[in-house]
Amino acid sequence: MLEVMPTMSQTLTVNAPLTAADGELLTVKLAREHRNKQLKAVALVAPLAIFLLLTFLVPIFMLLGRSVDNPEVVTHLPATSQLIASWDRRALPSEEVFQAMARDLTAAKEAKTVPEVAKRLNMDISGFRSLIQKTARKMPLELAAGETMRDRFIQMDERWGDPDHWHVIAKNAKSWTPYYLYSSLDLRETKAGTPELAPEEERAFISIFGRTLWISFWVTVFCLLLGYPLAYWLANLPARKSNLLMILVLLPFWTSVLVRVASWIVLLQREGLINSALMNLGIIGEPLQLAFNRVGVYIAMVHILLPFVILPAYSVMKSIPPTYMRAAISLGDHPFAAFWKIYFPQTVAGVAAGALLVFIMCIGYYITPALLGSPEEQMVSYYVAFYTNVTINWGMAAALGSLLLIATMTLYGLYSKLVGANKLSLG
Amino acid sequence: MMSEKHTASDTLVSFRGVQKSYDGASLIVKNLDLDIRKGEFLTMLGPSGSGKTTCLMMLAGFETPTHGEIRLGDKLLNHVPPHKRNIGMVFQNYALFPHMTVAENLAYPLTIRKMGKSEITDRVKKALGMVKLDALANRYPGQMSGGQQQRVALARALVFEPQLVLMDEPLGALDKQLREHMQLEIKHIHENLGITVVYVTHDQGEALTMSDRVAVFKDGIIQQIDAANVLYEKPVNSFVANFIGENNTLHGEVVALHDQHCTVRLGNGDTVQAAAVCVGQAGEATSMSIRPERVRLSRHAEACENRLQARLAEFIYFGDHVRLRLDVAGQSGFMVKVPAGELDSSWKVGDKLDIGWMARDIRALDASVYTH
Ligand SMILES: Nc1ncnc2c1ncn2[C@@H]1O[C@H](COP(=O)(O)OP(=O)(O)OP(=O)(O)O)[C@@H](O)[C@H]1O
Ligand SMILES: [Mg+2]
Repeated sequence: MLEVMPTMSQTLTVNAPLTAADGELLTVKLAREHRNKQLKAVALVAPLAIFLLLTFLVPIFMLLGRSVDNPEVVTHLPATSQLIASWDRRALPSEEVFQAMARDLTAAKEAKTVPEVAKRLNMDISGFRSLIQKTARKMPLELAAGETMRDRFIQMDERWGDPDHWHVIAKNAKSWTPYYLYSSLDLRETKAGTPELAPEEERAFISIFGRTLWISFWVTVFCLLLGYPLAYWLANLPARKSNLLMILVLLPFWTSVLVRVASWIVLLQREGLINSALMNLGIIGEPLQLAFNRVGVYIAMVHILLPFVILPAYSVMKSIPPTYMRAAISLGDHPFAAFWKIYFPQTVAGVAAGALLVFIMCIGYYITPALLGSPEEQMVSYYVAFYTNVTINWGMAAALGSLLLIATMTLYGLYSKLVGANKLSLG
Repeated sequence: MMSEKHTASDTLVSFRGVQKSYDGASLIVKNLDLDIRKGEFLTMLGPSGSGKTTCLMMLAGFETPTHGEIRLGDKLLNHVPPHKRNIGMVFQNYALFPHMTVAENLAYPLTIRKMGKSEITDRVKKALGMVKLDALANRYPGQMSGGQQQRVALARALVFEPQLVLMDEPLGALDKQLREHMQLEIKHIHENLGITVVYVTHDQGEALTMSDRVAVFKDGIIQQIDAANVLYEKPVNSFVANFIGENNTLHGEVVALHDQHCTVRLGNGDTVQAAAVCVGQAGEATSMSIRPERVRLSRHAEACENRLQARLAEFIYFGDHVRLRLDVAGQSGFMVKVPAGELDSSWKVGDKLDIGWMARDIRALDASVYTH
């Protein structure tokens, strides 16, 4: 011990750089060890990161990409797309454009890609499909002497003489388009390229989004109203009882959503258990309309999503010792007031997390409204499924999906701003 | 004994025949009679599960007694809800509201009492000054150390000037040094404000240093309630003798009993004169209690009424003093303290020593479990 002392004090007073036992500079050695540790950590996390990347991030970016992807015209009418870019967009395009169109359509006819182009252009102006198909069928064209391709086209169908049709081609001659996103919000692109609201009779999606948010809002409210007191009760019960009841709360998780919805149909339909029970008791004379409307959707969705409020609420409530309430009461506050001022604020973060979870799950809900609702209850997801499965319109499906995603992210951002950055996290 | 000197008007809190049972089968508190005097620092001390917290909770109003009366001043408390009792309380886990700053925590009871803004500010400031935390008014509890939080809790229990403050193991979560520091601080605050404090702990050192009186609990019964020195010098039964401070026990049988004195025969046939405190009649088994510092050794033992031979079994070094572990009358584990300067260097393990003590210093108590 004593022999070491002088050396130590020398090192400290001289302030020379510290070295490790093998003579290497200590700072270098420590830095290397630190780097090794980090590498190890990365290696441990890498498999999960790759998995997430492939199954989560990549699909999301592909989805976002799909919603603005516009390959049909660019790929299948390449020459036209190139030339029409320099069109002044007032009079008809030049003769070269018409000739390029003829060439492209001929090639497309051989490659059998005409229907794809036709379908895409038909989205902007209905009837464009038949125009393209009719024209392509006539390809290749033999021009008489002195005849221009433009005249020939217009002669074939006078719509070729309408600049609006060429506008649509010009608009879609880019490999991306806001068209699907605009459509999902009931907007359309003006000739100047700015968005405007579609005419009233063509609007659909704003009200569908509105309905989705509205249903989700009420489901969340009902879940909170039912879940909060239940979680409070569970959290204040002796452990043995609360564990048992918790199993009941979790029980629905062990059956598939489809089965649960089907059993709700059995319970709620006109001749279902609830109606017949109420009728037999003489409480009602006519069966109540409980299924295939808003009421049925609310009942089933609240039932399915309730655990997502109860579980986070329960876990924060469990972590609040009863002494907080006792302290507040001993300071002279009425128990009810103390609950609101002391207990409730401490549960807000957890309960809000649960509510957010429910809301986010709601806005993507599909099965329950599809089975238990009327057309009036169908939410955004229904239309996503509709566009993917029925009309095979990936652009619209992806655009609606992207908007849902954006709504979710916005909500999450709002939540973390309100709750995450709160001082509660310090307590 | 001491309570006779005090009149009823000095009493702030009185428990009369209070019983408490949680399950209806066993009594956690059995027939508690206790008077707490105005301005007193009373500590409830006892092993875990002895019902201290339960008593405190009944006083605070969070539990209701199954029997008996609790009075505060001349008001019957039994049916007063806890938020109307105006009793300050300090909890072991501090129970500071985590979403409020220190100042907001302190203002909480004052806002409830509908005080004006400026008065609240003044009082909060004063209370923070009292616990020396003026600089931390705007911190959240989560940003403070345990000791600081405990001071805030203390200030919050005092800021609305209750006449009675209850503390349930308030220092239990602090480390030893901080705990000792806080003990003094709480004691000083008590002296300065003249409030009545009921304090619960199972740390006997804490109880002895802080309290005017200590009530020793066991199994829901107060075994003894007295000032610290009385408790230490004159324990009324074996439990108190063993629970408070260091104690030597000698087991034996009472052979003669007259008045305050008795003669006890030890296992090896030796007899000892002792003060009869908790013995019934001759022929009964008894456990005698004597404090280590009352035992005299060799030369000093000559003048004692009781003299015995002991075998030196071990030296234990403590710096300022040395403890000798002795075998006395066939019973092991008998400790004697010797100041370092008085240690005879010729003593060694296995030596026979003369030991002795005055008859008044050894107390014959109820027989405790005899362990070798
Ligand atoms: N709410 C309750 N319900 C049922 N039993 C209880 C309840 N509170 C306390 N008890 C029981 O009452 C007995 C005394 O408990 P109490 O908390 O008063 O002890 P204590 O002296 O404060 O102990 P500690 O020093 O460990 O805090 C214990 O056996 C305990 O299990
Ligand atoms: Mg306790």
